[in-house]
Amino acid sequence: MVGITSYGGHIPRLRLNRGVVYGANAWMAPGLIGSAGGERSMANWDEDSLTMAVEAARDCIDGFDKSQIDAAYMASVNFPFEDRLNSGIMATALNLSSSLDSADFTASLRAGASALIAGVNAVKSGDFKNVLVTAGDRRITKMAYTHELLAGDGAAALMIGSTDVVAEFKSSVTITEDFADHYRGEGEQFDYNWEERWIRDEGILKIVPRAIQSLFDKAGISGKDVDRFVMPCMFPRVPMQLAGMMDIAPEKTADNMHNVCGDTGTAHPLVMLIAALEDAKPGDKILVAAFGGGCTVMLFEVTDNISKMKDKRGIKGSLADRKEEQNYLKFLSHRGLLNEDQTMRAEANWRTALSALYRNRRMIIGMVGGKCTKCGTAQFPKAEVCVNPDCNAVNSQEDCEFADQHGKIKTYTADILTFTPDPPAHYGMVTFENEGRGMFDFTDYEAGKVEVGLPVRMVFRIRNIDRARNFTQYYWKAKPIIKHEEV
Amino acid sequence: MAEGIKDKVAVIGMGCSKFGERFDCGPEELMVEAFEECLQDAGIERNQIEAAWFGQCYDELGTGKGAPGLAMALRLPFIPVTRVENYCATGTEAFRGAVYAVASGACDIALAQGVEKLKDTGYGGLPSIDGVNSGALPGQVLPNISAPGAFAQLASAYRAKHNVPYDDLKRAIAQVSVKSHANGVKNPKAHLRKAISIEKVMGAPLIADPLGLFDCCGVSDGSACAIVTTPEIAKSLGKDNLVSVKALQLAVSNGEEQGYKNWDGSHFATTRRASKRAYAEAGIKNPREEISMFEVHDCFSITEFVTYEDLFISPEGGAIKDVMDGFYNSDGQIPCQIDGGLKCFGHPIGASGLRMLYEMYLQLQGRAGERQLADPRYGITHNLGGFPFANVCALSIIGRYE
Repeated sequence: MVGITSYGGHIPRLRLNRGVVYGANAWMAPGLIGSAGGERSMANWDEDSLTMAVEAARDCIDGFDKSQIDAAYMASVNFPFEDRLNSGIMATALNLSSSLDSADFTASLRAGASALIAGVNAVKSGDFKNVLVTAGDRRITKMAYTHELLAGDGAAALMIGSTDVVAEFKSSVTITEDFADHYRGEGEQFDYNWEERWIRDEGILKIVPRAIQSLFDKAGISGKDVDRFVMPCMFPRVPMQLAGMMDIAPEKTADNMHNVCGDTGTAHPLVMLIAALEDAKPGDKILVAAFGGGCTVMLFEVTDNISKMKDKRGIKGSLADRKEEQNYLKFLSHRGLLNEDQTMRAEANWRTALSALYRNRRMIIGMVGGKCTKCGTAQFPKAEVCVNPDCNAVNSQEDCEFADQHGKIKTYTADILTFTPDPPAHYGMVTFENEGRGMFDFTDYEAGKVEVGLPVRMVFRIRNIDRARNFTQYYWKAKPIIKHEEV
Repeated sequence: MAEGIKDKVAVIGMGCSKFGERFDCGPEELMVEAFEECLQDAGIERNQIEAAWFGQCYDELGTGKGAPGLAMALRLPFIPVTRVENYCATGTEAFRGAVYAVASGACDIALAQGVEKLKDTGYGGLPSIDGVNSGALPGQVLPNISAPGAFAQLASAYRAKHNVPYDDLKRAIAQVSVKSHANGVKNPKAHLRKAISIEKVMGAPLIADPLGLFDCCGVSDGSACAIVTTPEIAKSLGKDNLVSVKALQLAVSNGEEQGYKNWDGSHFATTRRASKRAYAEAGIKNPREEISMFEVHDCFSITEFVTYEDLFISPEGGAIKDVMDGFYNSDGQIPCQIDGGLKCFGHPIGASGLRMLYEMYLQLQGRAGERQLADPRYGITHNLGGFPFANVCALSIIGRYE
């Protein structure tokens, strides 16, 4: 049996209230009212498709033997690098073995489904035992465009394997059609979109049923056998309409999460699939449709192992870690859509020495430190000479992963002088449960709620964007674990 | 153990430019201003100087890399000149080079000069840390830190360690600045010469929590220098009332504070080590009783505050009481920053260590004018560079040659 053996999700903590977006833009774009309800997830300034995918993957592989992962695939239509293997950065961040297959899937909103199917085929072929599949998108639209409201930021991760399968992969069908409902030409920042009615009537309502019917025929089932119909779609009523056309009971249609998150692009079929798995019971058949460049549909059947997933943060857990954002200008600023003054301090030169990055990749990208085999001292970074003054052994250290160490704030400040897109900059010393320590930037902080002793979780984030060379530099930051205050 | 530097070298001349926003001056003019005073004070000719040490931290703003910046400004006659840089401890490092050269017998008369031209930065504060001047690896992993933010963290750890309420510590460090401003008023060479109140300090805009505007020292242009020789040569030059070097110590972080479990974040591990060694070198048993005055590296009020304890003058956890009792005021038991300190005299990085020595030297010679203290015997200068978690602490003790 081949299928999903684990999953993980990441929805950014910030949720932008769509009402404030509408309020700011209504004077020129009153039509936005139709999509102005609820809230959309909003990546912090230091989150992008890659960092979100890494976070989802960490959730997915928590407790998993990393040495057993044979491939890592990532899908996105907003990769930080057009030519530098994004899934390779992800694999380094996760400290996976370098004896690993990796690939980036892109250029269509169904790329997440394509990556999933590639993983399934690899496992079915017997070449690989376990394939990590992730998808993440932080799509940037022009301000006041409908998709600014419809889109959300987020990522999903699935492990595909044949041991302890929680949802068996039963079948899939893909139809390829060059249906350009939108496109983004080389070097462009924004999508160009065609008329919505044409997309709906000539595209979705014609192509998706063909794919679903084909899958029903192949799997020997009908719409009545489907327990959950997962179909990301920017038209709120269309999935229900499709369900009706395919003889699926309307109430089986999965919520597209518009009200709490928005459409996370290539990740969204997987995000919604995980959300469906979080509520599923053994035996449930889940039909997933991913529209884009045609359509891919997939059928899963949930197994008894689903109960083992209950401690995952997943999508539900991510959604629960929530902070409402009312500042639309901050949203635009964080996405580089404003030409705001950043002070001369932002002019600092952040050119990255790529040779030094490669040499230190396991430290910088993987947060791997050292542990002295002579005295047992865990330390970050790993160094030639042990930091313990009573030891100072030379070349005595083995690798020691720090990313998942529980940390606490030892010292901190809130700095108004230094330039950051999210002032005041918080940073300080973090001490870890293994007694290692280090100085780190903080992220996802709330001014006034940071104090010595506060627990933190290390997260992989953007450290700097070198605008002069368009290079995104990543490192690890401490995220204070602030108790969620219920509204 | 080595016998140390005590009384092997005497200071025979010092000079210091006016500190401040010297927009009309480059580093060359500032150096000549200080050097002319120094040479006149020493009563020697320029060509009697056999070697020089040149301290400058931000070469990119000043004279560029290397030692010719000093040699050319002063037209030194092709003598050995060495440029040193050790963060904000650069000035003391230049002094140390010159003193050790004389003590070794390598030369008879040496010059130490520091300069910094900061007000060509284009904005307030020190230049931002960036990715290409921090080292190829550190440039990729350093936190997004500013100088006030680095030192502000001492306060968070000090509060946690000693269970001090936020406002109590905020008030104590405010008093540190109030005291220095009162002293700066009396110093014609100081950058800032205006008295302030605790309320004004506490109400000022925050820079890096809990440090506000008046918890941060002046960012200044300036230069200071010293001419040193042996006590014997000094006497042969007709000098009396000699001031000699009693101790020179440096302690440099090796990564233990930021990498090993011992350091609690509330103090300077370097200063505690350097001060013990300096007291031993100078033969001082009880600094709280024997030290007459001192200049510490008050880049920020909290730095001065914790340094009182790291120099073993205030007991650990006792600095608040000493500060609020006026122990360090100009009329207190051990006046600190009698010249206004970095806070008010200003902080042209490469010059600061020598500026501290300049005041101690004037005081020991009874030439400090309005600021003159009664019968000082020993003065400490504490010059610190870097960050609390990784720094260079340079200490000197000078005193009357007896």
